[in-house]
Amino acid sequence: MNPDASTIAAGAPIEVDLSPVAEGQDIKVFWRGKPIYISHRTKKQIDEARAVNVASLPDPQSDEARVKSGHEQWLVVIGICTHLGCIPIAHEGNYDGFFCPCHGSQYDSSGRIRQGPAPANLPVPPYQFVSDTKIQIG
Amino acid sequence: MSGPSDYQPSNPALQWIERRLPILGLMHSSFVVYPTPRNLNYWWTFGAILSFMLGMQILTGVILAMHYTPHADLAFKSVELLVRDVNYGWLLRNMHACGASMFFFAVYVHMLRGLYYGSYKEPREVLWILGVIIYLLMMATGFMGYVLPWGQMSFWGATVITNLFSAIPYVGESIVTLLWGGYSVGNPTLNRFFSLHYLLPFLIAGVVVLHVWALHVAGQNNPDGVEPKTEKDTVPFTPHATIKDGFGVACFMLLYAWFIFYMPNYLGDADNYIPANPGVTPPHIVPEWYYLPFYAILRSIPNKLAGVIGMFSAIIILCFLPWLDAARTKSSKYRPLAKQFFWIFVAVCILLGYLGAQPPEGIYVIAGRVLTFCYFAYFLIVLPLLSRIEKPRPVPNSISDAVLAKTGSRSTPMVSSAIVLALAGALFAGSADSARANEGSDKPPGNKWSFAGPFGKYDRGALQRGLKVYKEVCANCHGLSYVAFRNLAEAGGPGYSVAQAAAFASDYKVKDGPNDAGDMFERAGRPADYFPSPFPNEQAARAANGGAAPPDLSLITKARSYGRGFPMFIVDFFTQYQEQGPDYVSALLQGFEDKAPEGVTIPEGSYYNKYFPGHAIKMPKPLSDGQVTYDDGSPTTIAQYSKDVTTFLMWTAEPHMEARKRLGFQVFIFLIIFAGLMYFTKKKVWADSH
Repeated sequence: MNPDASTIAAGAPIEVDLSPVAEGQDIKVFWRGKPIYISHRTKKQIDEARAVNVASLPDPQSDEARVKSGHEQWLVVIGICTHLGCIPIAHEGNYDGFFCPCHGSQYDSSGRIRQGPAPANLPVPPYQFVSDTKIQIG
Repeated sequence: MSGPSDYQPSNPALQWIERRLPILGLMHSSFVVYPTPRNLNYWWTFGAILSFMLGMQILTGVILAMHYTPHADLAFKSVELLVRDVNYGWLLRNMHACGASMFFFAVYVHMLRGLYYGSYKEPREVLWILGVIIYLLMMATGFMGYVLPWGQMSFWGATVITNLFSAIPYVGESIVTLLWGGYSVGNPTLNRFFSLHYLLPFLIAGVVVLHVWALHVAGQNNPDGVEPKTEKDTVPFTPHATIKDGFGVACFMLLYAWFIFYMPNYLGDADNYIPANPGVTPPHIVPEWYYLPFYAILRSIPNKLAGVIGMFSAIIILCFLPWLDAARTKSSKYRPLAKQFFWIFVAVCILLGYLGAQPPEGIYVIAGRVLTFCYFAYFLIVLPLLSRIEKPRPVPNSISDAVLAKTGSRSTPMVSSAIVLALAGALFAGSADSARANEGSDKPPGNKWSFAGPFGKYDRGALQRGLKVYKEVCANCHGLSYVAFRNLAEAGGPGYSVAQAAAFASDYKVKDGPNDAGDMFERAGRPADYFPSPFPNEQAARAANGGAAPPDLSLITKARSYGRGFPMFIVDFFTQYQEQGPDYVSALLQGFEDKAPEGVTIPEGSYYNKYFPGHAIKMPKPLSDGQVTYDDGSPTTIAQYSKDVTTFLMWTAEPHMEARKRLGFQVFIFLIIFAGLMYFTKKKVWADSH
């Protein structure tokens, strides 16, 4: 009953070109049937994410640990609410991040859970920068 | 099932069989001479009603499976085409979909009856636990069945429910992958759910056999909760119980037919007429009404794992009921306190169901927590405590004593409880409705539609004019992909002849091929072709329309709705109001305003619409006065255009509506006469036994 070979093959890594994404914008790509949000964060969003006292978070994790150093403006997260799997809406909620319409979980501009029933931060998928404007997810 | 039978068939062929397999004797002892308590009331007919519903679901389900395609790209379409093209496909689907709701309605009555009359007590513990197992299997089957049409609610319901298992520590994620057969809900998930949805009903049928077996060993409980002692306390199953159950089933079928023929979408969710889209979550994910109380429990507990445990234990706790309630008196009839707490418990369940359909915010969350506490308190505090402190009234010596004492003085509690249950059903049923979207928008005004009500018919003129409006205006951006040109000539439609439909089709260019050279080519449309869509795919539609793809209009009047709110949804059940979709579509077409009101900002490239959720719609005002010429002298105004095109789109969404309502009337006449005959036969059979 586990995924068959073709499903696994279709889940191979994908490359995404970031050059068309302007600051303050984000795009949603699908990888392994999951929506991946790639946000080009503004200075304000980065500062907000870093000003928080990490120990006070429900799922403590620093913003630095969730992005690649040298590419702090790019946030790449799996857009699936860690509560029950709905897709949060970007640029909504009280924390300049994501808001899940199903059960009201709110994530900040680093994709960390701040309020609501979700137990964990939005997961960061495995990815690396191939060049300055291109990433490979997977 | 109750000991050896002395039954001897007179026919020699049957005797031959009986000597080798005593199945006739088994049937005879179980369903003919089997003694049933003579004081059973109509709440006991729900066992027969449930058997009837199980048979109905299996029968309609098997036929539906012959026409259904379990593939993520084709499932939605195959269900839609099944409803449109298969002979009486619409009837089969309505019977199966409404049947699921009726099945659950009956099982809840059946369970509450067991709770009220203490049917779980010694010696019926195993009987009761088998019942809980059937209920669990039913929930799994119902959930997987709801996934099969592959609409938005199917998809997102499947996502939310399968994710419940991810709350299990350590192995949760692997279990979820196993359920999905992939990295997310997708085609493998749909395939395995279809397989299991076909399998589980037969498991249910198997457990039902065990349930009936256990019932016939322990004997039926009865409203007075005293076991039968002498022959005077019982009557033979046939004809007494058979005819009474028959009458119960006939009455239940009246309710069932009301949904099938007049309110088929009342219990469903409009969002499920939108094909599944993994990239968009509907604003409110609401399960079917029969899961709502447990959904409310899940949401009221702020911790994920604890919420899931709470939800499942709300059902599992029923298994322990025989030991939680240690009171010697079975029937709540003789337990003054237990009776009151029972009705409070019923109210708690109904309110939890109502909360399950509400958005999880503010007062609803707090109320949900209080009621969740009440739910568990009933089982864990109230029942154990009552069995120690309550002083029950004396129970009659025997069933015949109880029957004799009863004659003359008749009970009002039964009437009041019937009213409470009817209200419960209605409130429950409609609570899903109140959660539907469109918050912060004005409610669309009601219209007089020719197709409303039990005898509604489409206005042929409006259909023809609406088709013209669609063709000249809407078709520039919106497809109509489930409608074929041949449908224009079908009964209950716009009333064109076959030749007219063929001529209409030949105006269109349809892509066909490949030809012998391997090339695609264009040819004139034929009656069997479907309306061609204006864009080759969704991405092209999105790109050409500023990022918002114009939805296909085939089902739009069923896929859009707005919340009616309490208490309107209860009234709607009786008035058969189900025109939320047409009212919304027609209001939307007329709801454009050039200037947004004070305080509402509309983003660049969007337009203000009074009735659109959020008010910012990407579609510019589509209609203006005089835009489409009419040949029949109807006014060429926006209001008339909207009305005509909405009528037309209601027909595209449900081309067999006239047949549905016509057949419904005939079925009702039949069922009323049938139920009446059953009632008088029952009276005659029982004349000597009361």
